[in-house]
This record gives sequence, C-alpha cells and structure tokens, in this order.
Amino acid sequence: MKRALPILVVLVVLLAAIAIVNPHFLEPAGFLAFLKRAAPLVILAAGQYFVIVSGEFDLSVGSLVTAEVVIAARLIDGDESATWPVLALLIVIGLLVGLVNGVVTTKLRVPSFIVTLGMLLVLSGAVFLWTGGAPRGALSEGFRTFGRGALGPVPWSVLILLAVGAAAIWLMRADFGKTLMATGDNERAAALSGVRVDRAKIFAFVLSGLAAAVAAILLGGFAGVSAQVGQGLEFSAITAVVLGGVALGGGRGSVLAAMAGAFTLEALFTLLNLYGISGALEFTVQGVIIIAAVAAGAVRLPWKFTPRRGDAHAAS
Amino acid sequence: MPPRKAAVAAFAVLALAACTTDKPAATTQSAASAPSASESAQGSGTGAQSKFFVQADFDAQLAMRSQTPEGPANKPWEQAIAPKMIDTAKYKKDGPYHLCFSNAAVNNPWRQVGWKTMQAEVGLHKEISKFTALDAEGKDDKQISDIAELQAKGCDALIVSPNTTATLTPAVTAACEKVPVIVFDRGVQTDCPVTFIKPIGGYAFGADAAEFLVEKVPAGGKVLALRILPGVDVLETRWSAAKVVFDKSKVQVVGVEFSDGDAAKTKSIVSDYIQRYGKIDGVWMDAGATAVAAIEAFEDAGLPVPPINGEDQQDFLQKWKDAGLTAVAPTYPTYQWRTPVIAALKILKGEQVPQTWNLPQPKVTGENLATYLKPNMPPLHYALCGCEDLPGFPEAWGGKKG
Repeated sequence: MKRALPILVVLVVLLAAIAIVNPHFLEPAGFLAFLKRAAPLVILAAGQYFVIVSGEFDLSVGSLVTAEVVIAARLIDGDESATWPVLALLIVIGLLVGLVNGVVTTKLRVPSFIVTLGMLLVLSGAVFLWTGGAPRGALSEGFRTFGRGALGPVPWSVLILLAVGAAAIWLMRADFGKTLMATGDNERAAALSGVRVDRAKIFAFVLSGLAAAVAAILLGGFAGVSAQVGQGLEFSAITAVVLGGVALGGGRGSVLAAMAGAFTLEALFTLLNLYGISGALEFTVQGVIIIAAVAAGAVRLPWKFTPRRGDAHAAS
Repeated sequence: MPPRKAAVAAFAVLALAACTTDKPAATTQSAASAPSASESAQGSGTGAQSKFFVQADFDAQLAMRSQTPEGPANKPWEQAIAPKMIDTAKYKKDGPYHLCFSNAAVNNPWRQVGWKTMQAEVGLHKEISKFTALDAEGKDDKQISDIAELQAKGCDALIVSPNTTATLTPAVTAACEKVPVIVFDRGVQTDCPVTFIKPIGGYAFGADAAEFLVEKVPAGGKVLALRILPGVDVLETRWSAAKVVFDKSKVQVVGVEFSDGDAAKTKSIVSDYIQRYGKIDGVWMDAGATAVAAIEAFEDAGLPVPPINGEDQQDFLQKWKDAGLTAVAPTYPTYQWRTPVIAALKILKGEQVPQTWNLPQPKVTGENLATYLKPNMPPLHYALCGCEDLPGFPEAWGGKKG
C-alpha cells in the first residue's frame, strides 16, 4: 500500500482536476462511467505487471485483444446461444498465447521483447489475412453485456475489474508473488535458492494473456466489433505499469500501484479530452512517461539500498 | 517505493497537464461563447475552412443532387447525371475481351462489398473471357507496379481504382498510351482515362447530412461533428461542405473531433460531450462505420438519441428502425463498382460513354428506410450495393437466404 502512495496522490490530483472542469464527474454515475472506461486498461496493466516484474515485456497484448474481438464476432455472428462457448474459447486463446510467449521466452531463451513483438506481428497479420481488413459477423447482446450492461447501477465491467484486482493482489501476496519478484530482481540468485524461474515467468505470461482476453471481452462489449480495438494498448499498459513506479527490468513495484497507474493514465486522457486536446497527443504523453520513468529508475540505481521488510529477497 | 522516481513521474504528469491548459481553454471558450451562429464562421464553432475546399466543385455537386439522371431508373449504376458523351470508336475491337483491374485495396467493408459486386458483374458478361485483378493492399508503390505489370498481360481495357490521387497520376498516364483506361472512386489528375466514374461526391454527402441536422435541430442546438481523420481529400470535402451549411445555420457546433474510425473511441468522445454539455442535440458524421457506437453512447447515458446521420451500413439502418431514430444516411454507393465493367465493355464495343460519369448518390431517409433495410444481410453490408439482382446474392455478400 505504501508503495502505491505516490501514484495514488497523483491520481487524486488528476481526478480533482477533472472534477473542477466537469462537476458531473463526482456524481456516482459519472465516476462509474470513468471506472467502466478504465477497466480494460487497468486489467491489462495488472497482466502486464506480472510480466514486467518478472523482468520481461509483453508487447503482444494489443493485437491479442484485436484478434479476440474479431474472432468473437466471426464465431458468434449474432447468435445468442454461441455466447458462452465463445467466451470460454477466448479465455483459452488468451491463455494459449501467453503460454507460447512464456515457453519461447524461457525455454528457447529468446528475449521476450522479440518473442512478443513477433507475436504482435503474427496476430495482427493473421487477423488481417482472415478478415481482409474488415471484421465480419456480430457480437451477441449477451456477450456485450459484460462491457456495456450493469448490475443495478454498477457496470459489470467495474465488478469484473474489482474481482481481477483482488485476484491480482492476492496472487502477489501468495508464494507465487514472492518467487516472481525474486525472479525479476535477480534471476540467478532466485534460481540458486530454489525458485523455478522458468515456471514463474511462464505463469506471468499466461496471466498477461488471460488479462488480454478479459480486456477484449470488455472492450468488445463496450463498443462492438472493430479491427482497431486493440491498437496501441500494449504501450498504454506498459506506460500504466511504469507510471505506477514498477521498475522496467523487474523486481520492484506493486500490482496495486500498477493498476493505479492505469487509472492515472486514463484520468490523464480524460482530462486532455476535456480540455479539447486531440487524441493524437495520447501517444506523445505515453512516450514521455515511459522515458521519464525509465530515466528516473536509472538515476536511482547507484543508490539502491537494501530492501525493506516484506520484500522479495527476505522471502526467498 | 522509490519516492524519487514516483516524484518524477508525478511531475511529468502534472507538467503535461499544466502545459496543456492555456490553448485548449481558449478553444472551449470560443465554442461556448458563441451566442448564435449568425455571425462569422468562427462563431458557429466549425473552425477554419479546409484547404481542400473548392467552391466551384461544391456548387456543382450540390446542383447535381437535384438533377434527374439519364438512364434506366431501376439501374442507378447505369445512370449518369448531365453526361457529356464522348466517342470511343477508336477503341472498338472484337471480343472476347480480357479486362484488367488495379484495385487500391480491399481493406474496409465498403471496398469488400464493392469488390464482390464487381466480380459478380464480370460474371454476367460472357464476352469477358478473362478478368485479371491485382490488389495494391493500400500501398501506392505496389499499385504503381501493379499497373505496370497489368500492361504486360495483354489487357484489352484497364480499370483503376487509385489509392491516392496525385501519386498514381503518372502511372495512369503511362497506361493510357497502351490501353483504354477507366478510373473510378478516387480520381487522378489527368484527363487521359476514357472515362472517370464516381458518385456525385463528398460535398453532396456532407451537405446532405448537415442540411438534415439544420432542419431537425432547434436553433441554438448543440451539434457534435465526428470525423475519421484530417487531411484525406475524400473526407475533407464531406466536412468542408457540412461546415458551409452549419455556418449559415442557427445551430451551434460544440465540437469537431477525430475518431480514427474506432468504435470505442467514438463512444468515449460522445460520452464525454454528453457529460460536458449535459445534452447534445445533433451528431454529424463524415462516415457511418461508427454511427452505432455514437448512438449507444446516448443509450447508455439513458438519453434519447438526437438527430444523427450515418451511412447505408446495415447495422446503422437496423438500429435506426429498431430505435425509431430521427436519422438520415447519405451514401457513397457501392454500386459504382458495377459501372466500370459496363463502361469497359461499351468502350470496347465502340459505344459512347460519358467523359465524367456522375452516378446518382441517393440518401436513405425515414420514408425509404424500409426498402434499403435487409435484415438478412451482415451488419457491415452496404445497402446500396445494387447487387440484389446479381447471381450468388445474398450468400456471396455474407447474407442469409431469407
């Protein structure tokens, strides 16, 4: 919690700034709408966090989201009865893509940057080949409920977000989290002290794939079929994670802070939009944040002090 | 964790937020402070006119909308508005013919529907012995080499749908010396093609939608304009025509936003405007692909959907009917993909063709919606495909027999 504090302060400041321009934002409906819009990115950031904290990258999530939405539309084709089987299939595809990323990275020793960049290209190429650039089919109402509908006043996506967030925090507190943190901090040391490094990393990639599948279900539900739905999401997710103070290269940072980073990024975009600034600037903002965060991390390194209580080292 | 790093990140965020406050604030102000639109162009919130705007073309297109086209009324793809016929006797030759087609791309639903329609049209004509088509995949350089490659294949006529106007002009000019060339959709900057086929055009599209909103939105009503992206000639004409119409009206354009043609982005933009202004009284769009997302933003906010324009895509037409919208759908008809094949055969038979073949460009209105809505067709189908009488319909277009 303590580690998430700085980013939470930034988040609160941004939310206050939004509320000044747009008082409606403070009403439950306005705030829930914000949470609903942020949910996919927050979930993706949680998935990306596991990979980054283990010392790797996952660049494939954006095109995985696109592929999932396009596949769902094609397979469901407006048929309500196909909803649940296709949802299950999407989850399986997400897990599978994560598994491939993880296995190639760990067992074949290909840098994850290259593996997931390759996966990005493979998936976007496959989607283009399959659809010819224009998605076909339609999502069913049942499918769209998750991204669009609500249980009473609370959108389903917010409930799903809460569940995912709780699961992510629990995972990081469990043994898995500690081994993952140790792996990212010093892979060799972790391996020598008995951590099954490869297994931890593969599991992190699988979680990222799963997060992408859930995000795809929410995004497809929110706005329907589109071949651009996942564009640039991998960078947004990475930006969110580093904004939360998670070190690129692994070993440091909390999942709560990473998710707060995603909220902050979304709040920043909302603020920019409220001031009428074109969406094109979003990429610039993300680029600046990534560079600034990494630079800040590099500056700090020489003074790296012994980890505090509850840190990965102590655990393993 | 690292207080220092977090501080830097926080600073970056704040600095970015801070340095963006001055200029945009001015923008919002100018939009908000526009009392009524009767004054200058700025007053209506539409901004500066596009550098693509050509007054003469605008006037010509708006005039064409009310002209009666010549040709069979039940086959709009064979009709032409105010045609200036040219003689093609010098191209006359005996069949069978080998037609060639250099296609810019099939990377969006509009082009996919068109491409299927063209293939079906080719299938109707026994005198076409061979049809060679190359897809440039949206790349100018590939299309230039495609056109060169097709010239070596012994084509009797070459149909070109240019990817971009200026870059493809030299390639088309070179092809004109070898074979009769038919250009359609986007044009080229040369009159060497035998005929150039197009619907009336973007000005008519943009004006049709804007005039509808001006009629339906009460004076002083807030209109949100959604565009895909700036700098594309065919889209700039649509917006610049709408701007002219809005500037002369009493509606207030509260925002002109770019959606990248992305449904989620469109929905978010519209939701933000609803939040910011409480009520939006009309939505203008330069293309219909994300119209349903814009409509859903109102539905999800629990508000009635204001007057809106889309395009002749099935998902929009279906929503229009189901939700009983006040809407209009100007079109850029996909039936224009049939015309180049017909034109090529006319030219090779030595029959006259219009030099500029202006096809009619109907709009879908509340009155004729029922005739265009085909529930058995897929959501991204374009209703004005003129393909209902072609063999293989509706399955080849992804529809179900119904």
